[in-house]
Amino acid sequence: MADLSIDFCGVKSPNPFWLASAPPTNTGDQVKRAFDAGWGGAVWKTLGNPIVNVSSRFGGVDYGSTKLMGLNNIELITDRPLEVNLREMADVKKQYPNHTLIASLMVDTKEEWTEIIKKVEDVGSDLLELNFGCPHGMCERGMGSAVGAEPKVLEAIVGWVMEAANVPVIVKLTPNVGDIAEPASAAYRAGADAVSLINTVKSIVGVDLDRMVPLPVVGSGSSNGGYCGPAVKPIALHLLGQTARVFPKPISGIGGISNWRDAAEFMALGSTSVQVCTAVMHYGYRIVEDMLEGLNDFLDEKGMASAMDLVGKASPAYKEWGDLDMNYHVVASIDPKSCIGCQLCVVACLDGSHQCIHVAGMDDAEKKQRGYVAFPTDVPDVAAIADGARAGARVPWVHEEECVGCNLCQLVCPVEGTISMVEKRKAPGPITWNERVAKGDDVTVGMLDATRKARGLD
Amino acid sequence: MSTTLPEGRLETQLKDKAPLYTRGEAMTEANRCIYCADAPCVQACPTSIDIPTFIHKIATDNVKGSARTIFESNLLGYSCARVCPVEVLCAGSCVYNQWGRPPIEIGRLQRYATESALARDADLLKRTRKAPTGKKIACIGAGPASLAAAGHLALDGHSVTIFEKRAYAGGLNTTGVAPYKLHAQDALREVQMILDLGDIEVKTGVEIDEAAARALLDDFDAVFVGIGLGPDSFLGLEGPGVVGATEYIERLKLDPTTSLDGVHTALVVGGGNTAIDVARELAQLGVPDVAMVYRRTEAVMSGYHHEMVGARKDGVRLVENRQPVAAVRDGGAITGLRVAKTDADGEETLACDLIAVAVGQSRLTALAAAFEGVALDDKGRVVVDEATNRTGNAKVYAGGDCVNGGKEVVNAAQHGKLAARAITASLSGA
Repeated sequence: MADLSIDFCGVKSPNPFWLASAPPTNTGDQVKRAFDAGWGGAVWKTLGNPIVNVSSRFGGVDYGSTKLMGLNNIELITDRPLEVNLREMADVKKQYPNHTLIASLMVDTKEEWTEIIKKVEDVGSDLLELNFGCPHGMCERGMGSAVGAEPKVLEAIVGWVMEAANVPVIVKLTPNVGDIAEPASAAYRAGADAVSLINTVKSIVGVDLDRMVPLPVVGSGSSNGGYCGPAVKPIALHLLGQTARVFPKPISGIGGISNWRDAAEFMALGSTSVQVCTAVMHYGYRIVEDMLEGLNDFLDEKGMASAMDLVGKASPAYKEWGDLDMNYHVVASIDPKSCIGCQLCVVACLDGSHQCIHVAGMDDAEKKQRGYVAFPTDVPDVAAIADGARAGARVPWVHEEECVGCNLCQLVCPVEGTISMVEKRKAPGPITWNERVAKGDDVTVGMLDATRKARGLD
Repeated sequence: MSTTLPEGRLETQLKDKAPLYTRGEAMTEANRCIYCADAPCVQACPTSIDIPTFIHKIATDNVKGSARTIFESNLLGYSCARVCPVEVLCAGSCVYNQWGRPPIEIGRLQRYATESALARDADLLKRTRKAPTGKKIACIGAGPASLAAAGHLALDGHSVTIFEKRAYAGGLNTTGVAPYKLHAQDALREVQMILDLGDIEVKTGVEIDEAAARALLDDFDAVFVGIGLGPDSFLGLEGPGVVGATEYIERLKLDPTTSLDGVHTALVVGGGNTAIDVARELAQLGVPDVAMVYRRTEAVMSGYHHEMVGARKDGVRLVENRQPVAAVRDGGAITGLRVAKTDADGEETLACDLIAVAVGQSRLTALAAAFEGVALDDKGRVVVDEATNRTGNAKVYAGGDCVNGGKEVVNAAQHGKLAARAITASLSGA
């Protein structure tokens, strides 16, 4: 059994799975039920001066038969009186002293920050999270992502907070910026102990075409909201990777984390804890059991004694494009034993990639008409024999010399394991683009005249 | 106990009808499940497996966790995945049925989870075993009920001795399940998995009589009776060319000398699931003409509808409203079955060269009744408390077919689990 507990800025948490500041952490009763289910920490629904919400508030994006690939909301911070939240937070901390209680805060003036920090520290908050990410409603009032998108403002407010705070401070960042390194660096300069990211992405999830109103509908109108859920995970992973390069302190990862594998990926790219919201809103607190069990089994199988060993394991491998090894090369290989002969890879390669997957029995004229650009003479004719293959179906053949190793055929193949990408290096040693540029070996066929002239090649 | 079977058994000619899913197939199917919070499939499962959770774990690629969820409720989750009539249990209650969509393939997903998890980590369950308690429990019979009980008891830290009169353990999973669902070799693999859970010894080839049964109470802290049912009933048709269905299925599965050479027309007497099983097996093994002979009509047959649909696909005919009267022989060889019409007057003779009688099995429960305080009901079934499977004797528990008169493996697994829990509670003074 691996040790799933983590150390986050000196705060011990029973496991890395925290609930993000959102509807699932709205009340003390909810947080208690979440802790009973196994969640290690909870970031309380953001506190500040209570707001008034609209109805409706959420919009969903389904993909195929999968519900809620993405979720969008226009809900604001807590609408409950501050003293009610504080009383419940104190009660939760008393009943669950070893669980991690994080106060999410969003106020305006220095005086407000000072007052609310004192109040949440008094009820036992282990950490503070500054909500500089909310991209709807609150930003119009000069808070939330309005702060996160302005590094100077962010730095100033974090400065106030650091003066007032006695517990570690997490700055929650918005993804709605051109370069995440700027706010992340500003938080670092201001002395923040940690950052968390991403908050939701500015979005409109759809339009009601009968009412001609964007979603979610609020009477005769709607507003842009914050997008989250599995759909934003790749965006979040990228911003996490970028942030980890400039923020050498703990990071709490957020964005579409739905299961143990998502969590492990966030941790491998530098998150010490992970925060979850949409998956809980979809399925309930119960999903944490799979997360705890799956992460534990994964760590055991990889021989890692502690969840902390996983943090940042893949960070060194996240590089700039110019530092990738250009001599690494893969080519597609199709397994005739499991291929069902559906030809999806053939079409994808012809229309979407490099025209290198062939089918036997075509003469050159037909190949030309189909769009092939190379005409190998030795295309083998192999029958598709796997369960699911129609009678007469053929196994496609990869013209290795033409294959650029893009992965597309493997990505579209419906039969898992049928197409594999086999390593065939171009040369034994590595070479990067940046090294080629340094050596002057960056001249390619078909350059613009202006470029050739500027480089003195003509 | 032997775990290897001889070559050349007829069952090995029959292929698996629902092969193991690949990971991709399992993920696709698992992602179809909507992960109901108040799931009808869980209520339909006699062992209450948390089906949506185990399927969710397949979808997240947490296969070992998925298997744990299954085994927690049902230690025989592997064989149940393959032999359960899911069409009338979990999958039959899937919400998709009401929406015109095919129900989730729960059986196949359960097989994927249990089989792949154990292949990856054979010690998956063993690690949860509790420290030895020094308590000893005897199980009579090595069928599903006893194996489930023994497995749970071993995980609780007790020592278990199983007494089995046959050469192989596994009960009907080994001797009676249709081979296209589960081959005997795979049943024995599951037996081994159970034995590996802890301190369990199986003594095969040991028949416990009434005196020996009573003596067990002196040597053991508790006794679990899982003796199943007795020999096939024959309706007075005994004789050459007439076989009892369960005994014959056992031969098809285990005895390499059994042959169907020269059998052209086989009649199966009965309308239950054993009748359908033996009919399908004979048809799949190449007997050209197989007919079931049933005294009433298909509408009131106890055999499952989906199994009868499968039987027809295999080429099995159903002869309704015919009650067997006598076997017809020419010299020693069987030539036909004389039947009375139940929907009209008169009799007729149906030609055949093999008759398999599948009209039920006798009770063996006199053995159970040898224990002081153990009662039998008017159908000869052992009477137990529903929550604990305890009999009228505080040290004697019972489960499986000898208690319910002949149901599914999953019902036996539930009995074994309940009894084991009650035994552990009782032995720990709780």
